[in-house]
Amino acid sequence: MGMTIAEKIIAAAAGVPFVKPGDIHTVTLDRLMSNDGTTHLTIDMYNKLKNPRIADVSKLVWIMDHNVPCDSVKTAASHKKMRDFAKEHGIKFYEGAGVCHQVMMENHVTSGELIFGADSHTCAYGAVGAFGTGVGCTDYLYAMVTGKSWLLVPETLKFHLTGKLQDGVYARDFILSVIGMIGANGANYMAMEFGGEGLKTLNMSDRISICNLCVEAGAKTALMEVDETALAYLKEHGREPKHVFQSDEDAHFAKVCNIDLGTIKPIVAKPHFVDSVVDAKECVGTHIDQAFLGSCNNGRIEDLRVGAQLIKGKKVHPLVRFLVVPASAAVYRQALAEGIIDTFMEAGAIVMNPNCSVCWGSCQGVIGEGEVLISTGTRNFKGRAGHKDSFVYLASAATVTASAIKGEITTADLIADLKS
Amino acid sequence: MGKIFKFGQDVDTDQIIASQYIIYPTIDEMKVHTFESLDTAFASQVQPGDYVVASENFGCGSSREQAPTVLKALGVKAVVAKSFARIFYRNAINIGLPVIVCKELHDNVNAGDEMELSMQEGVVRVNGKEYECTKLPAYMQGILDQGGLIASLDRE
Repeated sequence: MGMTIAEKIIAAAAGVPFVKPGDIHTVTLDRLMSNDGTTHLTIDMYNKLKNPRIADVSKLVWIMDHNVPCDSVKTAASHKKMRDFAKEHGIKFYEGAGVCHQVMMENHVTSGELIFGADSHTCAYGAVGAFGTGVGCTDYLYAMVTGKSWLLVPETLKFHLTGKLQDGVYARDFILSVIGMIGANGANYMAMEFGGEGLKTLNMSDRISICNLCVEAGAKTALMEVDETALAYLKEHGREPKHVFQSDEDAHFAKVCNIDLGTIKPIVAKPHFVDSVVDAKECVGTHIDQAFLGSCNNGRIEDLRVGAQLIKGKKVHPLVRFLVVPASAAVYRQALAEGIIDTFMEAGAIVMNPNCSVCWGSCQGVIGEGEVLISTGTRNFKGRAGHKDSFVYLASAATVTASAIKGEITTADLIADLKS
Repeated sequence: MGKIFKFGQDVDTDQIIASQYIIYPTIDEMKVHTFESLDTAFASQVQPGDYVVASENFGCGSSREQAPTVLKALGVKAVVAKSFARIFYRNAINIGLPVIVCKELHDNVNAGDEMELSMQEGVVRVNGKEYECTKLPAYMQGILDQGGLIASLDRE
């Protein structure tokens, strides 16, 4: 029997010729990413080990992104611990460079790698055919010390894509539709694999956005077939693939879903679950207090271009705060060069430095009791963006920007003629 | 015997411990905010040996290990749910917090009921009734038995 991409990466990392779902293997990790959400606890545990050691420091990447710049004295203590440890041990360290997954995609990840990230959205790395999976700090520490970990081989859920997204419909609408279709645990413990002719119509930003959100269906990882687009992206960023794996024709899939991208419509996920998706038109007119364009899911230059094009010559609604947060310093500088930052500021948006921002609700931009946010962030859980009794709607860059202009949830096609 | 604290479906890790607390320097500072958005009294009322009982997909969302860690720090003996999200499940095993899959329990018990768990027998007893649990795979039971993943590092 053949193997899927996920199975092939695990087999290579375990040094065995064949694996099947349900097997548990000891694997060697290629890369270990951690951020300021949990690293302080990893360090505390490391310091309590009888024989503290790091198997291969060159595999570690530490990225400060969740509370950057630091927002409180308590956070400062956690940050200092992380910064000092990285310096002492010679760990590759970023601060101010952007949201961890975007920084990893720009600088480190390559096809065929097996990567642990101490962050659930590590599954984003599947955009270039890398097996990225989120872990907690105990798993991270074990892998940091030994270079290895244990992994249960997941079943694979295959998405065969055909067609092309219509104008005004985005990758984010597609993945929110998929999560709505299969549910918040529809891919629990599974790998989600994407392929087919439809995939070839999606650019790298689209692909990262799709893979990144798969954990919201419970997926262990997301993987895309590596094609010319992915190889060109790696080359442009100065990297070679480690392995380029495709699923065998006789590989076993738990299920194969065929999706015509042309059937996808603009989507909104309503509070408080990512799978509470509806046609965006059903939310038109919903009151908002704040809009957020950013995050590892939708803060790339392609997303900022969509927003800037919509808002050029218009204004942010006077009763709405519109936060624009590029996902990385590289994205920010590109946006500056293209005049996009100026466009947003001219319209009255608040442009912030690259960081996780309100997507995780513990940094600048948190919302108060009863307030409503429309967001390109990753989650809309209760209290995710601030007060426990606040509300988050998730949508594409276009829907979020259009809503910021209108002052209530609306779609891009409905504001085309709006003067403000 | 321990008391049941009952929760619903898709309880995410932001509900277990919210983002603004996870970056606090210590677990002791965090644990008083456990389940704050769902049950403000939980952290003050839960006693060592009590149980959390939930429906499907408990612990979905973020990879924050602080979620199982605050439950363990408050003395929660085990979480028994219809199903778990994978990162929470893995984290809980790794830190030595038993996570037990029991399909029947949630719909048949109330908050405050007294419950007893026997991991060896794979059963839960509440109100004179027994409910069968799914046993952990041997590999994971082994990690729990040795006191979590880090304990094995110290033995190497």
